Amino acid sequence: MEAGKTTEPAAGPSSASAAEAHKPAPNMPQFTREQDLHAYHEMLLIRRFEEKAGQLYGMGLIGGFCHLYIGQEAVVVGMQMASEDGDQVITGYRDHGHMLATGMEPKGVMAELTGRRGGYSRGKGGSMHMFSREKQFFGGHGIVGAQVSLGTGLGFADHYRGNGKVSLTYMGDGAANQGQVYESFNMAALWKLPVVYVIENNRYAMGTSVARASAQTDFSKRGLSFGIPGESVDGMDVRTVHEAASRAIEHARSGKGPFILEMQTYRYRGHSMSDPAKYRTKDEVSKMRDEHDPIEMVRKRLLELHGVPEANIKATDAKVRETVNAAAEFATNDPEPDPSELWTDILLEVGA
Amino acid sequence: MATDILMPALSPTMEEGKLSKWLKKVGDPIKSGDVLAEIETDKATMEVEAVDEGVLAKILVDEGTEGVAVNTPIAIIADEGEDVESAASSGGKPPAEAPKANGHDTSVEQGGDKPATIAKTEDDAPRAPAAPAKITAKANDPVMEEFPTGTEMVTMTVREALRDAMAEEMRRDGDVFVMGEEVAEYQGAYKITQGLLQEFGAKRVVDTPITEHGFAGIGVGAALAGLKPIVEFMTFNFAMQAIDQIINSAAKTLYMSGGQLGCPIVFRGPNGAAARVAAQHSHDYAAWYSNVPGLKVIAPYTAADAKGLLKAAIRDPNPVIFLENEILYGQSFPVPKLDDFQLPIGKARVHRQGSDVTIVSFSIGMTYALKAAQALAEQGIEAEVIDLRTIRPMDTDTVLESVKKTGRCVTVEEGFPQSGVGAEISARLMVDAFDYLDAPVLRVTGKDVPMPYAANLEKLALPNVAEVIEAAKAVCYKS
Repeated sequence: MEAGKTTEPAAGPSSASAAEAHKPAPNMPQFTREQDLHAYHEMLLIRRFEEKAGQLYGMGLIGGFCHLYIGQEAVVVGMQMASEDGDQVITGYRDHGHMLATGMEPKGVMAELTGRRGGYSRGKGGSMHMFSREKQFFGGHGIVGAQVSLGTGLGFADHYRGNGKVSLTYMGDGAANQGQVYESFNMAALWKLPVVYVIENNRYAMGTSVARASAQTDFSKRGLSFGIPGESVDGMDVRTVHEAASRAIEHARSGKGPFILEMQTYRYRGHSMSDPAKYRTKDEVSKMRDEHDPIEMVRKRLLELHGVPEANIKATDAKVRETVNAAAEFATNDPEPDPSELWTDILLEVGA
Repeated sequence: MATDILMPALSPTMEEGKLSKWLKKVGDPIKSGDVLAEIETDKATMEVEAVDEGVLAKILVDEGTEGVAVNTPIAIIADEGEDVESAASSGGKPPAEAPKANGHDTSVEQGGDKPATIAKTEDDAPRAPAAPAKITAKANDPVMEEFPTGTEMVTMTVREALRDAMAEEMRRDGDVFVMGEEVAEYQGAYKITQGLLQEFGAKRVVDTPITEHGFAGIGVGAALAGLKPIVEFMTFNFAMQAIDQIINSAAKTLYMSGGQLGCPIVFRGPNGAAARVAAQHSHDYAAWYSNVPGLKVIAPYTAADAKGLLKAAIRDPNPVIFLENEILYGQSFPVPKLDDFQLPIGKARVHRQGSDVTIVSFSIGMTYALKAAQALAEQGIEAEVIDLRTIRPMDTDTVLESVKKTGRCVTVEEGFPQSGVGAEISARLMVDAFDYLDAPVLRVTGKDVPMPYAANLEKLALPNVAEVIEAAKAVCYKS
């Protein structure tokens, strides 16, 4: 599928030979060997982490809601490869991938999912509410759309301080219909705030398809009436994500104001763990997995374009699996928070 | 027939203003729409336009006159062709009685079918503003015990006190900024931010579009990033559009982040009923916000408290809801002249000492409480009046101490009765002072109805002094 203004990911080059498929298209941005190796590792870590989370959920170790990012890995990894230290990241409830991509420790994330004291929020936030001031990750928000105003506020703070940083504010195609999103667009454009709005269009807001919920299904146009430029991007290819992200971030960083990136992506799993996914066919899902998998595409490039030995890739696979298993192990054995934690972190001490 | 031109009201709460300039002189022909004069209040300057046509026959109030009561005749217009001399002598009669513009009648006299008059007759000479009296803090004055005896006091309005608090904190800390609707170029819808744009510039005094949900979220985001926003809501009624960001984002993030992300933000603005603005603009939210862990909620009555507590709120690392009251904005109180006057959040104050009954209130409720206490004293009942000042965390100790002494308690608030602040106080007293209570706690509250518009109904919907007196006597078993 190609970057463009299509709202449905176009059919991929499934009939072409693998070599043809990975021959550089004339306008297709290319990754170096190192970039592809990095992207592969980052995306695979998210994939394996989420698979493990799904497993722990099934075992009853993770409670409540658990929204997996499987299928969408190229979006956050490509964005992070284009950002710089100190740029803030904020997103909604499908947030595990963003945490790992910003460099948060898999152990701390998994232990938060299991509600243990070693979790990023010491077990008090859970899947949808995790933060890391150190990594400039501002959550993790359970109220659909609320993170968009908050992310605009992060951009406001960057602008106020003149620190040259950019707020990367993520939302889904569902959140993009919330009123406060447009209030935020208006102010971000009015005050030229350094915010890149990333709309992860995975085609379903819970079970409602984009076509059934949105009068304007081209999300790159959602900022037009505020004069915010937008681009629709193939969100399954980490290279196109990275290229569009670089342009959008540069636009925001240089003082030209906000930018909207619509990432056309796809979630393989249900909305949450309890989603039977009756609203789409199995064929639709398997077609995306088989023909557009963001990780498989990079794997093929590593083997066929960059000549990375398969053994090296397998070594990466094993390393990632080991990291994820260690995280699961920690999250399973780490004790629950001390009961006294019930009463901490409600208010900060004045003057502390 | 001659027509009187009356001093107009610029807002529902305006009672008087200054006639700053006449733009027409006696003998000038007047067409409808002509600007006759300029009047000003502490909030705004406005032009008086003619509605009737004719000739300006007589000017009744000279330009430069201050304290002209609303509805006072200020000029007489003669009909075209009418004898200007006789028109001038026939007009200027005292105005007809009108429903009182301000529903907050805190006078002791209650009842009667006749609405109170607002307009003063011509016999009431316009008053000159009182010279700032030099007062000093005295020992044994409960109002003054929070600063050193001998501290010089200056008289200022709640409005000025709030402005000074923000200005002082903005001078002190470059991370403090104020945002909201009309806070900058308009100088504040209620003139609380007057002069801040001129001193601090547009970067730190930020006019927002009319978009409460959005700018509250932006404020919270900026606070999570470490800035210290003061978000002004034109009234807290409009904060309903933003309440998700206040509760779900500002109040809960510290807890949900395991203590990593504090949210040093102040949400402030007028709360509760003003006058004649009906149900959607008259809601008291003190009880709502006080229900939420992770917030601090302040509702001051005096100018000194407004200043000292707003400064403390801006420095507080937590989200603070600062509930002001439009009726109180123009009221004057002594404020200590100190370089950095702060008051502790979460501390009530015994505003008046007494031994027979405890009356607990806050914000404008204090006006009813204090007037009732005065009337009760004349009847031999000494009421102790406690100003909560902070609703959350609530200073139960000060209330308890007083109730252990008096054995009786009445609460006063303008908010609704169910799950109100008074309900919370009674529940706490039932648990912590059960053995000391000689009577059930009684609540005086706003009535359990949406605020009506009609002057008489509005007056009935609000608490009044007579109800406080009645409740106080009832808990003392005196009638």
